[in-house]
Amino acid sequence: MKVIFEKPKSLEDVTFHYCPGCTHGIIHRLIAEVIDELEIQEKTIGVAPVGCAVLAYDYFDVDMHEAAHGRAPAVATGIKRVHPKNVVFAYQGDGDLASIGMAEVVHAAARGEKITIIFVNNAIYGMTGGQMAPTTLVGQVTNTSPTGRDVEHSGYPIRVSEMLGSLVGPGNSMKRVSVHDPKHIGQAKKAIKEAFINQIEGKGFSLVEVLSTCPTNWGKTPVEALKWLEEKMLPYYPLGDFSPKEGV
Amino acid sequence: MQKVIFNEEKCKGCELCTTVCPKKIVYMDEKKINSKGFHPATVTQQEECISCGFCAMMCPDVVIEVRRPSKEGKKDE
Repeated sequence: MKVIFEKPKSLEDVTFHYCPGCTHGIIHRLIAEVIDELEIQEKTIGVAPVGCAVLAYDYFDVDMHEAAHGRAPAVATGIKRVHPKNVVFAYQGDGDLASIGMAEVVHAAARGEKITIIFVNNAIYGMTGGQMAPTTLVGQVTNTSPTGRDVEHSGYPIRVSEMLGSLVGPGNSMKRVSVHDPKHIGQAKKAIKEAFINQIEGKGFSLVEVLSTCPTNWGKTPVEALKWLEEKMLPYYPLGDFSPKEGV
Repeated sequence: MQKVIFNEEKCKGCELCTTVCPKKIVYMDEKKINSKGFHPATVTQQEECISCGFCAMMCPDVVIEVRRPSKEGKKDE
């Protein structure tokens, strides 16, 4: 019997605390698979965020560091500059990266820090109970926008990959992927792998934005949530490569 | 022959694996209940499984392990 699929060894053998059907688990697994495939478990250092993934340090079998809310790119910058031979990644949600931590990620990208950021965008604040995030879609109902996000009051959702892609930096890489079906999960893994390779080759900053679900706070079943992601989020957050073009 | 193995105790009953199976053989076992209180996903028609691994790719909780039998005449890997 040939093993087609099993738990990656960079992932601890524990049960995640995430809600049933939460795609954080898929993204954790993809990162662990990439770490295994690149054989960098011994030299990888992860930075955990504040948010649902705050306990990520319990799940990855690599060295982990916890950062204050939104400050993971700054912490990762420090670790990478002190240990340039190690592979440093930060794992952040949209409330963490796109709201309170926006300054850190923009400047880390502008400086071309050789770190990798996995940005999980589920268009809502998950851990705090479903408030509107900067990435919440127009018209989307959350606890703090009970009649739907109103552009007059709250403006438009931020497209982080496009915004960071406008920063000059030839080695920078920004990609948006999704995990709503096996085909896209394969593409997401490829993008995460390329982001790690970008860092290992010393090219520059790399960010992978992964569209994710929050069945609990969206008020949907896990299966409905994936469908909603595909129908509502993909039109506003198109998948693709938004890396800055050389010479711009 | 067990081609697809579910760690039923870890299953949270989200049903995502049941939606991606091309053979439609993954189902929620309503006769069983795990210690978390969920009906775990399972496969009983193991001979129907084509070892594509889609259920395992989709599973957010790393519940599923997939194996493919070696071809006849070939040594076990």
